[in-house]
Amino acid sequence: MHQEFLMGNAAIARGAIAAGLNLVCGYPGTPSTEVLETAAKNNDGGLYVEWSVNEKAAMELGAGAAYSGARSMVTMKQVGLNVASDPLMSLAYIGVRGGMVILVADDPGPISSQTEQDTRSFAAFSKLPCFDPSSVQEAYDMIQDAFAYSEQYHTPVLFRPTTRICHGYASITVKDPEEYYINKPEGFKKDSSRWVIFPRLSYQAHINIEARNVELQQVFSQYAHNRITPAADAECRKGIATHGVSAAYTAEALQGKDAPRLLQIATPFPFPEQLAVEFLRGLDEVLCIEELDPVIERELTYLCGKHHLNVRIRGKLTHDVKNAGENTVASVSENIAAFMGWTLPEAPVTDTPPALPVRPPVLCAGCPHRASFYAVKQAMKGKKTVFCGDIGCYTLGNAMPLDMVDTCLCMGAGVNITQGIGRIEPDTTCFAFVGDSTFFASAITGAVNAVYNQANMTLIVLDNSTTAMTGHQPHPGTGRTMMGQVVDKVSIEAVLKGVGVKTVETVNPLELEKAIHTVQRVAAEDGVKAIIFRSPCAVLIKPDAPSFINKESCLNCKRCLQLGCPGIILRDGKPEIERSLCTGCGLCAQVCTFKAISLGGEN
Amino acid sequence: MQTNILVCGVGGQGIVLTSKLIAAAAMAHQIPVMSAETIGMAQKGGSVFSFLRLGDDLHCPMFPEHAADIIIGFEPAEAVRMLSYLKEGGSMVLNTYAIMPVTAALSGGSYHGEEMVTYLEKNVQHLVKIDGNAAARKLGSPKVLNMIMLGLAIRQNVIPFTIEDIEEAMRRTVKPQFAELNSRALRYE
Repeated sequence: MHQEFLMGNAAIARGAIAAGLNLVCGYPGTPSTEVLETAAKNNDGGLYVEWSVNEKAAMELGAGAAYSGARSMVTMKQVGLNVASDPLMSLAYIGVRGGMVILVADDPGPISSQTEQDTRSFAAFSKLPCFDPSSVQEAYDMIQDAFAYSEQYHTPVLFRPTTRICHGYASITVKDPEEYYINKPEGFKKDSSRWVIFPRLSYQAHINIEARNVELQQVFSQYAHNRITPAADAECRKGIATHGVSAAYTAEALQGKDAPRLLQIATPFPFPEQLAVEFLRGLDEVLCIEELDPVIERELTYLCGKHHLNVRIRGKLTHDVKNAGENTVASVSENIAAFMGWTLPEAPVTDTPPALPVRPPVLCAGCPHRASFYAVKQAMKGKKTVFCGDIGCYTLGNAMPLDMVDTCLCMGAGVNITQGIGRIEPDTTCFAFVGDSTFFASAITGAVNAVYNQANMTLIVLDNSTTAMTGHQPHPGTGRTMMGQVVDKVSIEAVLKGVGVKTVETVNPLELEKAIHTVQRVAAEDGVKAIIFRSPCAVLIKPDAPSFINKESCLNCKRCLQLGCPGIILRDGKPEIERSLCTGCGLCAQVCTFKAISLGGEN
Repeated sequence: MQTNILVCGVGGQGIVLTSKLIAAAAMAHQIPVMSAETIGMAQKGGSVFSFLRLGDDLHCPMFPEHAADIIIGFEPAEAVRMLSYLKEGGSMVLNTYAIMPVTAALSGGSYHGEEMVTYLEKNVQHLVKIDGNAAARKLGSPKVLNMIMLGLAIRQNVIPFTIEDIEEAMRRTVKPQFAELNSRALRYE
């Protein structure tokens, strides 16, 4: 044992390795991404690591490995589980031989996600055991337990940290390599009565699952991370039930106070019924402090009915705790004070601060997506158009002044949504924008759909040769793998041509005039056509010298500001290059009517 | 004994590394440490903060308002934004160089930072100001802004480490060819 300062996601990866991990795969998604990256960094050669093309592919790959006796882990964010839910629901019935942990990071807030869905609810829906750590140390310890339970009960298990656990850092106790469990997979043993899903098998599996989950309720009631802390004052008839990072906020809020009885739930499914009933007995009132769904609150309300306990359960359903967004130490302190009848110290009075500038996320200075959006915008000026966006950095193309994203729903949706709009409004010129990684993850089926059904649309692939939003992971188009191999790149052009898109043009969006003409020409054709705007992510290339605005030539028309580039600021009413940000991409120089912007520094 | 530290500024200023070095110094002294920071949709140009806690009985890295012993503010408006986290009588070291957001450029806003600095002068008991960007230019690289700010913060005697402790952590983290420049930045006065 020794101490290390680790990010929650790194602790999960290191814990999994200590538990004998043989294979890890997944798809990048904040806040889950660093789990797989850390596993790859700590790969001593005995571990297989891959970024799969999407979460469904990863889930199936992880299942195959676990069928073969491996300990496997599949990583994704919460919306990724929606993509992988088809194999997940069936896999719950088939089960596994080796331990299989499905790491799904939830995102209360949401901070960087489309939804505030709760994987604890997904666990109940899929009937799979679920682990919910409340600290970085617990994440490290519990991921090892998760593998053990999975293997013992021959079932995949869910492991769902939230953003503040994933991205929090702490000095924690970790095992030395000599203490690691080593798992030697025996290989796949053919047995069609076990591995081939048929209705009769599913019927029997359903019976077994229900029986197992009743057993797990008892087993989890003894699990050390599910725990009751007695009240400071034995007479106190109030209790607080909590979980995850909210348990840490609760501990923080109760510091120096007479704490009521506490219940901390680390396995929301199957719910540790016996432990919960023990907690409820003798109480009049319980406050449930949760993020996302009121999972514990519903369970406790149900148990009060089942066991005829006269305890009032409060929380989100009773509007005592807010039902959206993340909790904080402050919000939890307020919830507890209201529940306990405590008064909080009043905040010191300060002067009203001056109006603060807002800093919304924007495309970086030099980002090639800006050039792509601007080219399409110029090419389609005055036309009736729709621009369907997708998930990635380029969602930020929605911001003013670019204003080039009319819709965004989920990974790969834009290419199909634009077809739907086109069916109802045939006079609209329909575009879909998709990034390179998202193209491979989930836009190819949409392209096939468009070709087959004779849609009239232009697919724009914004190819910056990386998965930028989540921190630059490789994908099939980059020619690199997480095992360090250099492999043949999967060609986006060849894929599109292969599925029957007849016009596929590739252009550098930073060559603005050429890019505009290409859009005008290609969009005017009938049927499905595609343009690939190819230019590397600005963060990954060495910047050129910053550009320079010649003050005499500049007539202050502010046309350059229409690019929305953080590298151009307004100083004393006139545009100026912010030299610390400008990458010298040259887009603004091409936009300037008066040729007042020159490349390559002050001249 | 706990020490709560808040580092805040704009994405790209080296805030995360600053927090990492303090954490590394804590690890070297066997002091328990926790931290949390903004990650994700806040690359270059967004508001970035890092909460850092040192000491025993830590529950979570995010501390409540009015609890920070020191704020290391890399940008005036961002320091004002996070000021409510500073405890009464707490210290702040402040880089007075303002970074204009792209939204201000668009709306023709006139944010220059002076109003923020004036506000902080009035509302912070122990305020130490520096034009960190000018200092970094003097040292020859805009990249050492974070070391200048960290060195200044250490000299306030709120964080339980010496410049040498941080220097040791820094030498383990940065490339050897940058170590000497960073050492000078830590000692910039």
